[in-house]
Amino acid sequence: MSAPEVHTDVIHVIPSWVLIAYLISGVCFILALRGLSSPDSSRRGNIIGMIGMTIAVVTTLATHEIATLWEIAAAILIGGGIGLVTARRIQMTAMPQLVAAFHSLVGMAAVLVGAAAFLNPSAFGIVDGSGAILGVSRIEMGLGVAIGAITFSGSVIAFLKLNGNMSGKPILLPARHWINLAVGLAIFFFIYGFWHSQSPIDFWTLTALAFVIGFLLIIPIGGADMPVVISMLNSYSGWAAAAMGFTLHNTAMIITGALVGSSGAILSYIMCKAMNRSFISVIAGGFGAVEAAGSAAAIDRPYKRGSAEDAAFLMKQSDKVIVVPGYGMAVAQAQHVLREMGDLLKKEGVEVKYAIHPVAGRMPGHMNVLLAEANVPYDEVFELEDINSEFAQADVAFVIGANDVTNPAAKTDKSSPIYGMPVLDVEKARTVLFVKRSMGGVGYAGVDNELFYRDNTMMLLADAKKMVEEIVKALG
Amino acid sequence: MDFISILSIFVLACFVGYYVVWSVTPALHTPLMSVTNAISSVIVVGALIAAASSGSVQSKWLGLIGVALASVNIFGGFAVTYRMLAMYKKKER
Repeated sequence: MSAPEVHTDVIHVIPSWVLIAYLISGVCFILALRGLSSPDSSRRGNIIGMIGMTIAVVTTLATHEIATLWEIAAAILIGGGIGLVTARRIQMTAMPQLVAAFHSLVGMAAVLVGAAAFLNPSAFGIVDGSGAILGVSRIEMGLGVAIGAITFSGSVIAFLKLNGNMSGKPILLPARHWINLAVGLAIFFFIYGFWHSQSPIDFWTLTALAFVIGFLLIIPIGGADMPVVISMLNSYSGWAAAAMGFTLHNTAMIITGALVGSSGAILSYIMCKAMNRSFISVIAGGFGAVEAAGSAAAIDRPYKRGSAEDAAFLMKQSDKVIVVPGYGMAVAQAQHVLREMGDLLKKEGVEVKYAIHPVAGRMPGHMNVLLAEANVPYDEVFELEDINSEFAQADVAFVIGANDVTNPAAKTDKSSPIYGMPVLDVEKARTVLFVKRSMGGVGYAGVDNELFYRDNTMMLLADAKKMVEEIVKALG
Repeated sequence: MDFISILSIFVLACFVGYYVVWSVTPALHTPLMSVTNAISSVIVVGALIAAASSGSVQSKWLGLIGVALASVNIFGGFAVTYRMLAMYKKKER
């Protein structure tokens, strides 16, 4: 750090059109997100996002002498090809896994860029007169690589859990909070060391430790908390991009990083609120492991069981049916036949609406995409706070594949682990039809649902898709 | 650009992000995640710089792998968002 201040001759002067081009690219990304305020404007927003990305890439290629154009073209073709094929083939039910996989790639790319900048800093214009990396850049690189590595390994675990390669049950190491704290502090220690001496050992150690802590942070988090985890990793991938933007002095990366970082943070907040859980308790993990023990006693209570014909008859006579889909619908792939049922009911003059709880599914907005895929018009689909008051006027609430999000215990039973969580007031409908595979299983929170044993509830015990198919047959 | 100007851009962009994201309709939260995924791959800029320069062989290869990974995300992210958004339809009246 004792080098004389000779910055002027090493930091290359960037022409202003380049700065403006990156700024425009950043603005395009803002507009891409802005477009998502309504489905009508969203498609245009997506196109503007693509334009922004093109501007950023072309500007970069135009302002650096390219020693390896063919290799770069090949890398883009291979990566782009894989991306396009995956995007085309992926099933909408598997969207959470795909997003987790994409997050891991952003994280890894950040680590690679950080490592490349460390090995060849002069290419990035971040060296001082003596050839050492600028002090502030060292901190930015250290942070960027650390966040990128955490994003990578955390997302890989999230992917494995969502994809079913790994059990959704939380894995609880003894003293895990202390281990995490120790590893976290060690990372900061090595970032300090790297800032102090630019030592390669510090750099690679902090990278390795960050990979480890990403892994440790996600394994104790259970399946029910996945919507929070996936939003959180979304946020991390943004902060990683922002940190790299600081290193490279690149406006497009900084704006994007800030956007994505805020986006993920807000989604995490919305998900936590919808589960009435604090962010800290989600991160600490272990939800769904301890509570599961307390629920076995309630299984033998009397309940009413109905057939597909009963359900069809009831709904045909109704004026208003509200459908409440959950993750079970997605697993059974029942969304298409469900829409068919809705169409038949509408033909009979029944008003059909869909009610979506924010944490129905494995990621924010998952149910909306599945219903849209099945051609359910989006103006028939409503969020919790917009439709909850309507259950009182509904003749039938048709619950399919959802459980905890309809549990009235969340409103009344203070001892319930889901107490305080906002739920859909399905029990206020004249009749509740509850599609469920069997009476044995409980929801992800591991609690029994009071709703099953109510007088106005009729249980439809079968595979969701089969049951709805039979109802469709009975309606036709 | 000095550190303070970069920091200013970052802080202001966080505020822009905050307000823009709150205005996103909950029905589009999944496309929001996939499109944020695609745009955060603007990190490809860094990978391109590394891949394009001839200074260090390791750095070049790290850059090339980075370009490939980010490209998966850019093309995949925008394409899957496009596919999802095309599904959202209004009621036919």
